[in-house]
Amino acid sequence: MPRRHLLLPLVAISAVAAASEPYPSTYQPLPAQPMLIRDATVLVGDGSKLEAGDVLVRDGRIAAIGADLPKQEGVTEIDGRGRVLTPGIIDIHSHLGVYASPGLQGHQDGNEMSDPVTAGVWAEHSIMPEDTGFDAARAAGVTSLLILPGSANLIGGRAVAVRNVPATTYQAMKFPGAPHGLKMACGENPKRLYGTKGRAPGTRMGNVAGYRQAFADARSYLDEWERYEKDLATFEQSAQDKPKSRSKDKPAAQPPKMPKRDLKLETLAGVLKGEILVQNHCYRSDEMAIQLDLAKEFGFKITAFHHATEAYQVADLLAENGTCAAMWADWWGFKLEAFEGVQENIAIVDRVKNGCAIVHSDSSEGIQRLNQEAAKAMTRGNAMGYGITPEHAIRWLTLNPAKAMGILDQTGTVEVGKRADLVLWNRDPFSVYALTEAVYIDGAEVFSRANPSQQHVSDFLLGAKVQP
Amino acid sequence: MIARKHFLSAGIAAALLFAMVPGQVFADTLIRNARVHTASATGTLESADVLIRDGRIAAVGSKLDAGTAQVVDAGGKPLTPGLFGGVNGLGVEDVSLEQGTVDHAYTPAATMPAGDMEHRPEFSMGDAYNPDSVVIPVQRVEGVTFNMVSPSSLPGGSLFSGLGGLAVLDGRAALLPGSKVLFVALGSGASPLTGNSRAAQMMILRQAFDEAKAPAADGGLLTSAGRATLAQFSRGGRVAFSVNRAVDIDRAVAFAREYGLKPIIIGGVEAWKKREMLAAANVPVVLDPLNNLPGDFDSIGASLHSAKWLHEAGVPIVFHLSGDAAHNARKVRQAAGNAVAHGLDWEAGLRAITVNPARTFGVNDRGEIAVGQFADLVLWSGDPLEVTSLAEQVWIEGRVQSQESHQTALRDRYRKP
Repeated sequence: MPRRHLLLPLVAISAVAAASEPYPSTYQPLPAQPMLIRDATVLVGDGSKLEAGDVLVRDGRIAAIGADLPKQEGVTEIDGRGRVLTPGIIDIHSHLGVYASPGLQGHQDGNEMSDPVTAGVWAEHSIMPEDTGFDAARAAGVTSLLILPGSANLIGGRAVAVRNVPATTYQAMKFPGAPHGLKMACGENPKRLYGTKGRAPGTRMGNVAGYRQAFADARSYLDEWERYEKDLATFEQSAQDKPKSRSKDKPAAQPPKMPKRDLKLETLAGVLKGEILVQNHCYRSDEMAIQLDLAKEFGFKITAFHHATEAYQVADLLAENGTCAAMWADWWGFKLEAFEGVQENIAIVDRVKNGCAIVHSDSSEGIQRLNQEAAKAMTRGNAMGYGITPEHAIRWLTLNPAKAMGILDQTGTVEVGKRADLVLWNRDPFSVYALTEAVYIDGAEVFSRANPSQQHVSDFLLGAKVQP
Repeated sequence: MIARKHFLSAGIAAALLFAMVPGQVFADTLIRNARVHTASATGTLESADVLIRDGRIAAVGSKLDAGTAQVVDAGGKPLTPGLFGGVNGLGVEDVSLEQGTVDHAYTPAATMPAGDMEHRPEFSMGDAYNPDSVVIPVQRVEGVTFNMVSPSSLPGGSLFSGLGGLAVLDGRAALLPGSKVLFVALGSGASPLTGNSRAAQMMILRQAFDEAKAPAADGGLLTSAGRATLAQFSRGGRVAFSVNRAVDIDRAVAFAREYGLKPIIIGGVEAWKKREMLAAANVPVVLDPLNNLPGDFDSIGASLHSAKWLHEAGVPIVFHLSGDAAHNARKVRQAAGNAVAHGLDWEAGLRAITVNPARTFGVNDRGEIAVGQFADLVLWSGDPLEVTSLAEQVWIEGRVQSQESHQTALRDRYRKP
């Protein structure tokens, strides 16, 4: 019925405004030949390991895993002997593209420091796809990453998951179907920035009042839209039921007035509806507990605390709430809220029942050696007698971040049917000497250490001589 | 990794207990059966013994006679000289973002109201260094035994960062005599300090050093103490130039030659482009081997292979970290491991965090495992450049150092079974 069709776009804007993709992904897997990686040690990503494992990749997907898979016509075989195959590394905390190299004034696009709540901004609209940092991260095995706004604000805006492929537009990197994220920040950064400007928040209690007001406003906004949608449905129903009932005496019923869109509240409403995953920058354990109460008060979930230098103090609480902690192996002390960092943080969060530990970078340097960061964390855990194996620890870089980014159904483990996001390492990746030999995204080789033509060079570095 | 593998061996535990007795005179020690990475021309010795007497290394060899020395069985594990933590604010910075805990930069023009810009090369870290900083044991338990405590140039300050020196991290307050270095900031990072042009950096440097020879008639840049400081360095003193761009490195070395300074390059992102010149002039480069992104237009030549290229050309290399370097000093050995992963000779990687920094900053009696050197030593669970290895015991001048820090105490409070 034509009439209904006309109304559909309105409904689309309202009910799913937060989840819709007005800036849709145009990502297309790169052309890839079928391949069979043979006799590699496979760290599957789910905690298991295959010795001398074979992995068949076809049409960009993992087609088979096993031992001694049959040779197939037209399938390139890759010798995995002495090498280790892992899922592509996933960094859940990156500012690549929004703080692109070179880090000059013109590239400072990660923090919209104009208001403590800027939920209406989207990090994806700041991404410079030609940031050299993407190339360096790819060479280090990073195949997917979450790019967030910075932590200057209480609520900094939306985060976006991207595929780490060379691209001219960010839309061509955008992870198809991945949920949006929301960046929130606890503690010192927002109160320092706004407090020194003589405006709220200037304290931690001011921070919390700021989050609460924002979510209270979002609740009202969501109520308003839900009321509108209900009224609209009623109106449409009655229009359908009595198409000929308009009499000359009775004025025709008017459709309800659509509320004004508010991009900030639309994002927060998306959080309340569970469509947008909350990624919360929070160092101190006491503040994490407050954030969990905040989430309960307004009925949303905190997917992960980021940085979380004190997560080890509340590991059980995080696990009970199903909240992950994304952490560094050893950064600490650069500000007061990071002063109680310990190198056992990741291992302790991982140790508790249902603990969800993630190794993250927040750094264009750190993202290039997340495997080493995990190795350090594993070593610290084992010094406490935890007996953590590489096949377990690789989850901190693959399965767990994929889960916390809402993309585990697509990537994060070496599993039949999933995207073939893979890294072939020249040796145990939990070594400082390990290097990637090849990196695959959707089965396409996007980095080869042996073949410079398979090493994308950013626009910025074109013509710059970096060879003796 | 096997659980509890890193737990102290009985011998080391005994030594630790012994060392913890207050006022105890320290016994001589024989470390038996270690894989001794000497960081000297001798290279690595398998199953070797190291005898420590009166805080110094008295003998290195096999089947040494213990005499009255207490014996520590290393069980074949690696033994290295104590590690260098880098060029950073260790001991002059507790929490980077808390101004009241940070003493490494003199910034009078950053006050409100802004003071006049002052050039005070005599500003000295030796007057601020805190040997009891809680940040220090966090590094020391990981094998870091010495560090260049360096001033920095920040907005409101001057391109003359001031004077730094080597700290031995055993609680002594004085920086090592003979290790005094004048730090000077050049390039785009320091440009706002010099009227927004690097040309003015050379202009001010010349003016200041000329003034040190003959005080200016018209006021001048420096105090009398500043003139005395520069005059002292003009007689072959070590001047560390923080500089990344290749041509600026050329200019810094040429300036040093003209004014009789002994130059050291700090940062040196593009130093590899000038490696023949640097090798010929024997100019050491202190670099962060992890720094491979073009952070600005001085660093377009950044590469993970810098360390290899410099070393192979004969340039003395020293490693440090460029970001939050004081808190991350313990990460320097990981940086060295990465340089090795990208082609640097392993022994050269170890020397870049042991003997090279000692020699670069004027200290000849530490940094190697060799007879006569101070017994600053670290026993490791495995390859010292490897991220899965841990420092098991640390000695400074033969004394066993506590393996406790703020972080180990936090760990012990909150650890899960």
